[in-house]
Amino acid sequence: MDLQLIMAAGIAVGTILLFAAVGEILAERAGVLNLGVEGMMLIGAVVGYATAVSTGNPWLGVVTAMLAGGLLSLLHAIVTITLRADQVVSGLALTFLGTGLARVLGEGLSKAGAISLLPRFSIPLLSDIPVLGPIAFTEQSIMVYVGYLLVPATWYWINRTRPGLHLRAVGEEPAAADALGVGVYATRYRYVFIGGMLSGLAGATITLAVQPGWFGALTVNGRGWIAVGLVIFAQWSPFRAAAGAYLFGAVVQLTLAMQLPPTILGFPNPFFEYHANTFFLEMLPYALVLLALVLGSREAMRKRIGAPAALGVPYVRGERGR
Amino acid sequence: MSAFRGGLPFTLRLEPRMEASRWLSPALTAAALVVALVISGAILAIVGADPVRVYLHIVGSSLGSIGAISDTLVKSTPLILTGLACALAFRMRLWNIGAEGQLLLGAWAASAVVLVPLVPAGTPGVIILAVMLVAGFLGGAAWGLIPGFLRSKFGVNEIIATLMLNSIAFAWIQYWVFGPWTEGGFQMTEQFPPEAWLPRLSDLADAIPALRGITVHAGFLVALAAAFVVWLIVERSAWGYEIRLIGDNPRAAKYAGIGIARNILLVFAVSGGLAGIAGMAEVSGVVHRLQDNFSPGYGYTAIIIAYLARFHPLRVVPVAILFGALILAGREIQPSGVPGMIQGIILFCLIASEVFLRFRVGVVRRPPVPPAAAVGAASPATSPAAGPVTGEGA
Repeated sequence: MDLQLIMAAGIAVGTILLFAAVGEILAERAGVLNLGVEGMMLIGAVVGYATAVSTGNPWLGVVTAMLAGGLLSLLHAIVTITLRADQVVSGLALTFLGTGLARVLGEGLSKAGAISLLPRFSIPLLSDIPVLGPIAFTEQSIMVYVGYLLVPATWYWINRTRPGLHLRAVGEEPAAADALGVGVYATRYRYVFIGGMLSGLAGATITLAVQPGWFGALTVNGRGWIAVGLVIFAQWSPFRAAAGAYLFGAVVQLTLAMQLPPTILGFPNPFFEYHANTFFLEMLPYALVLLALVLGSREAMRKRIGAPAALGVPYVRGERGR
Repeated sequence: MSAFRGGLPFTLRLEPRMEASRWLSPALTAAALVVALVISGAILAIVGADPVRVYLHIVGSSLGSIGAISDTLVKSTPLILTGLACALAFRMRLWNIGAEGQLLLGAWAASAVVLVPLVPAGTPGVIILAVMLVAGFLGGAAWGLIPGFLRSKFGVNEIIATLMLNSIAFAWIQYWVFGPWTEGGFQMTEQFPPEAWLPRLSDLADAIPALRGITVHAGFLVALAAAFVVWLIVERSAWGYEIRLIGDNPRAAKYAGIGIARNILLVFAVSGGLAGIAGMAEVSGVVHRLQDNFSPGYGYTAIIIAYLARFHPLRVVPVAILFGALILAGREIQPSGVPGMIQGIILFCLIASEVFLRFRVGVVRRPPVPPAAAVGAASPATSPAAGPVTGEGA
């Protein structure tokens, strides 16, 4: 097992989760819980892939994937922000709809054959750093580097800019934000849409960069839900989300790599000896998310930090309190 | 800010409805279904399928003959049970999305009764089936208690927890059917002995030839009985009152001294147990063995069923039968994602339709506003009718 290669692949896989989680952080910071990430990722994955197949241009695929994810998220925005329906149920409906629609659109796409993917390259100088260079800056997809930039940029946007202040105000104290002239509805629409676009980008990152191809609902295979879980673990911070996403990606790659060698550290490999044991490896990432949720929830309880105060609550003008 | 809203020449006015007439809710449900089918049909037409043929196919292959109706009831059996599981939990606003995993664990526990075996050889069929039923309930309940415990003890979001547990349960089943219980390396166990099969109507075919091929099994009766029991619990028992109060107003429930943590655990256990029985009914009544992928996502469809039934246990039955027909027909529909897509659209139309239940909805034309005056979304200056809306209906 080459740990460096595993970590490098873990970062690439983690980038998928990272995009989706950052998008969800933005929507939730505005007070809208969108559980439809899985559906939006699938739509982004299939639309991006189909575009790249038919035009031969993966960049066009990225654009259409983000638009498709954003458009789907607007459905959630209309139902929950304007019509004030339950955000949990609407998000579930979005996942059902996105999954079904993606499978309808993706019919026959699995036989599309090889397509041109987004470019991979190494960063000069940075790739020469010992340990970190070969893992993080060597022959990675451009999407991985976009991820590196997105995290600090999102943090800066949320915490250091005026629109970011409005975003937080809308998520924490919408009535006060409204009184100060911040458009609560418009802000929420905007960030739900951006969140949807990032979920679409996450889907396109799967099919156009990291794990190319269309495999029906298995293309995303529950990773949208893991991203939603990651947001809770990350306590709505982009940096923590990035750490969680890369860690999760590394664990997934590690569980895959552990199935191959006949011996590990000189001991006979139980996953090689008896293939059925590998199903316990498959459980590991999900168990890890559960553990992360427990730790995250406990820490949040202890420090009394947590979800944006207005998360999940429809805003009604003129209504006092909750 | 205003640019977005300013683009629309009208705005929606929502006035809370104090009381809705009795027929409004069922009428809205029906209307939502119709709208959903129209939208789905439009999408089908866009992707090149013939919506009329698809719908006729659904009706024909699910209700076209006695055999088809029987097959529909077979499909609806696990849907009723998992639908009840969701309806019970959702009534308390406990989002148990894990009926699928609880179904799998129930199926596993019921299979263990036969395959380990947990009953001595020569045990009469009735006893075996009873033990399997209990094992199925306990298996599902145990799997449901995990997110219940995490939620009540650590405040862990039950949606994510149950979804993760679904994936773990899926891998768990695969471990057993590929590993210790495999039959010759195929992803299935050996067939159960006939004593462990739930009786079917076709078992009587020797006496009544007309019943040949009618595969509806006793699990359907179990599901109907379960619907009645859950109805008794929710609507007619003191415990059900606690569940409904927590669901409607958790703060009031807390002040009334109702143990919320205890109820979370109890509801998750019973909810999981119901889904577990669904798993038992599938392995004992339909596939007669444990195998990979025997559930086409019953536990997820159950979420929509519970919602469509508006969490009412008795209404779960007809809705589940409707979805049983959809799943049955959906196996042959191409593209294969169509049934899932229709389910999603139905759910969307349903929740969107609820706005009419909670509010009187009016469309208010907005007079053109100079951009400077439109700072802040829907400024009161636009029109008095578009101004503040007070209160939210029940």
